[in-house]
Amino acid sequence: METLPINIDFKLNRNLAGRLQLTSNDGTVHEGVYPARPFPIAAPGEGLSLLSKVGHELAWITRLADLPIEFQKLIEEELAQREFMPVIHRINHVSSFATPSTWDVETDKGSTQLILKGEDQIWRLTHTSLLITDSHGVNFIIRELDQLDKSSRKLLGRFL
Amino acid sequence: MLNVVHSVAVNKQISLPNSTSKALPKTWNLPSIWAPIVQPEIISVEEDLHAWLEINLDARLNFTKHLLVITNKRLLYFDDIQSQHGAQPAAEYPYRTSLKLSHHDHAGVAKIELFDEDVHLANWCYTLANESSSARFIKQFELQVASFISGQSTITEPSELSPKCTYQLESDEDKYPQCSRNIDTPPSTWTLFRLWRFAKPYRWQLLAGFVLMLISTAATLVPPYLTIPLMDKVLIPYQNGSPIDIKLVTLLLFGLLGSALLAWGLGWARTYILALVSERIGADLRTITYEHLLKLSLEYFGGKRTGDLMSRIGSESDRICVFLSLHLLDFATDVLMIVMTATILISINTKLALVTLLPLPIIALMIHIVRDKLRTGFEKIDRVWSEVSNVLADTIPGIRVVKAFAQEKREATRFRVANQHNLVVNDRINKIWSLFSPSVTLLTEIGLLMVWAFGIWQVSRDEITVGVLTAFLAYISRFYTRLDSMSRIVSVTQKAASGSKRIFDILDHISSVPEPTNPIHLEKVTGQIEIRSAGFRYGNRAVIKDLNLIIRPGEMIGLVGHSGSGKSTLVNLMCRFYDVTTGSISLDGVNIRSLPISEYRRNIGLVLQEPFLFFGTIADNITYGKPNATRTEIVAAARAAHAHEFILRLPHGYDSMVGERGQSLSGGERQRISIARALLIDPRILILDEATASVDTETEKEIQKALDNLVHGRTTIAIAHRLSTLHKANRLVVLDQGQIVEVGNHDELIARGGAYYRLYQAQARNVDTDLDDVDSLEAIATKETST
Repeated sequence: METLPINIDFKLNRNLAGRLQLTSNDGTVHEGVYPARPFPIAAPGEGLSLLSKVGHELAWITRLADLPIEFQKLIEEELAQREFMPVIHRINHVSSFATPSTWDVETDKGSTQLILKGEDQIWRLTHTSLLITDSHGVNFIIRELDQLDKSSRKLLGRFL
Repeated sequence: MLNVVHSVAVNKQISLPNSTSKALPKTWNLPSIWAPIVQPEIISVEEDLHAWLEINLDARLNFTKHLLVITNKRLLYFDDIQSQHGAQPAAEYPYRTSLKLSHHDHAGVAKIELFDEDVHLANWCYTLANESSSARFIKQFELQVASFISGQSTITEPSELSPKCTYQLESDEDKYPQCSRNIDTPPSTWTLFRLWRFAKPYRWQLLAGFVLMLISTAATLVPPYLTIPLMDKVLIPYQNGSPIDIKLVTLLLFGLLGSALLAWGLGWARTYILALVSERIGADLRTITYEHLLKLSLEYFGGKRTGDLMSRIGSESDRICVFLSLHLLDFATDVLMIVMTATILISINTKLALVTLLPLPIIALMIHIVRDKLRTGFEKIDRVWSEVSNVLADTIPGIRVVKAFAQEKREATRFRVANQHNLVVNDRINKIWSLFSPSVTLLTEIGLLMVWAFGIWQVSRDEITVGVLTAFLAYISRFYTRLDSMSRIVSVTQKAASGSKRIFDILDHISSVPEPTNPIHLEKVTGQIEIRSAGFRYGNRAVIKDLNLIIRPGEMIGLVGHSGSGKSTLVNLMCRFYDVTTGSISLDGVNIRSLPISEYRRNIGLVLQEPFLFFGTIADNITYGKPNATRTEIVAAARAAHAHEFILRLPHGYDSMVGERGQSLSGGERQRISIARALLIDPRILILDEATASVDTETEKEIQKALDNLVHGRTTIAIAHRLSTLHKANRLVVLDQGQIVEVGNHDELIARGGAYYRLYQAQARNVDTDLDDVDSLEAIATKETST
């Protein structure tokens, strides 16, 4: 099934308003289309959906690589603007072991500060990955606990 | 991080620590890193700075720092400080009519977009840490563009507006609740000492207990002292040939018996008094924590798990109680005994005493080292323990689902895994702990050995008598066994400390719906509700955006919209279960933040979709909001709610037990009891949140009749899925994505042919159509128009 070329019955472009625009085969134009990953944390590469402005699915893409390269670029651009889940590489400092606690962290998006409101804002996704929600609702992720350096793990251990 | 510069009065309220404002002609309150960059840019062309917004993300959403500035002539964008080439702004947009700013957010990232008519010019992203300021920023932008075009100077906004958010400051309030809400300082780590707050009422009993402890401990130290004359004056002379002095022996033996009896009696009194006090402290702690917990806003309960809260209030407070009555008491006795013993030993023979006390610092050091390791370990055990109880709290209420899907094994596994995790953590800490105890014993033995060796050497040099040595050994063996038990205090203290930390976590949590500092009391409520540019955000989702609505006294408003359009949230805001993030809600012209919470809520009758009945009689449930209601009132309320007859059909009438474990009632019956509950308090404002959603059409009619009685003459806000239930509403308010899209009565809205018309059409065609399906119809409609 997966080896079959997918049938692309739509066109994508970015309009003057900077919005993603999808034109389906029958000529219907949808403005403000946005891509969404069905499993952004568990399996970011698996499947992709294009949704209309009001949130109805317009197209399902099993694999992004099957699309023409210019569509891929558009979708990736859009995703880069929408998806914000910094991956924590290092915890430099925590203000205290009691919450609320301010953490200085290094992420794949640069170094920043996050405020942890309570220990229950840390969710164990799998055995080795964590989702940390800061006080402003930004989700930080730790993919592999074992990959963190020792001092980060030690700091984190005080909250787990 | 926005500041709007329009008057000195406002500037005074903004306090930014590092502003290098001295070099600037005006106090712009720019962060110090930006001031030198922005200043020359603006001064050179004689512009006024009106607002600024710090942008903390770049186009690829990396954490960087940028700045947007609004002057009276243009919008300026300054690039990341690191990549700054001189003082040039990265982009500038001189004002023209076609320029527009728009703002939206998704998953914790807000985005400001700049359009020229419909052409996208630029966009800037930032995290919601700066959120509350962006609405103001956009407003300021629009103001400046308008004034630039028209050539008139800007109308200054009312100065009582907070510089950071659009919250209107009431005259009696001295701070902006939203701006000052994020208090991010952690509680102090000396949590155990904070228990003093609970111990203070019992200080005299505590003092009495302490005095008793002092005397009883002293009494226990008498016997070893009596061994000196017993040895030196009786036994050793006898071995050397002298007869036993019967009189002296009797005296000494009675001394031993007397001191033992005294220690027994005093010890009993001491333990009893202190146990009594600590039990009361524990009880106070539990009650106060629970009282505080009930006062916290719904926001807090939304983010906590029931199992965790239950274990905090239940077992943690018990652990603290046991710690106070048992462990702390023992420890204090031990410390006293060590101090007294040391004094006695030194007074008998200083040299030998010093040798005896030598291992003490070593043991103290060991305790100190192990303490740190154990503390984190015990905190971990606590968290794991609440993980275990959370599994239970998740599963037991959902037992029907578990059984229906035959997932008992899976749940059992989940519990086993949590338990396993518990074991692993415990094993790790036990490794350190198990080493600790034997080490103390070993040191004890070594200490004894040293006393023996040094003592024999001293006896041989006639510096001390055999009796003194025996007394020393008797003292020291007690002394060291106490050290061993004292070392246990490390773990129990840490356990109690982490327990009290978890309790103080609750106690330190300031309700996000605070009581007003200077409450205003409304004599008579008419029921006029005014919602001014209200905004509310839940987590990273903006649920209500800039909503304005005035509800007249006695008016019935129907809230209509898709699920997720913000209807229930709006109602929760009106009940003040949450506070608005921006804007304000007022009752009879007074901000509801200024009214005492319970006084305000007394004016509100709430009927929910899922009526909750407490365990108790039906009468208890009806009088929940007004416990002192007479029986006549109860019956009248039940009659009006059309509940009277079915209640009488129950075997125990109004005295039937309902709620969990009680008589099972149907959804409609429970709903009518909850309507009677709302009727009884005779509220000025009535809120019906999908009151008829979960019952069949027949029951709905019955409930509707009850509701009609309830609505009469009250300001009513009703949410309904079925539009037909809102036929009595004076005005219908159609919500979509947290904003009002249409207002009017049924006929007007139908005539307009807008969102309400489509909702109504969809339901008229198929009674059971879900409101959410209307979207697809809308899509079809837009498709038709677009082609």
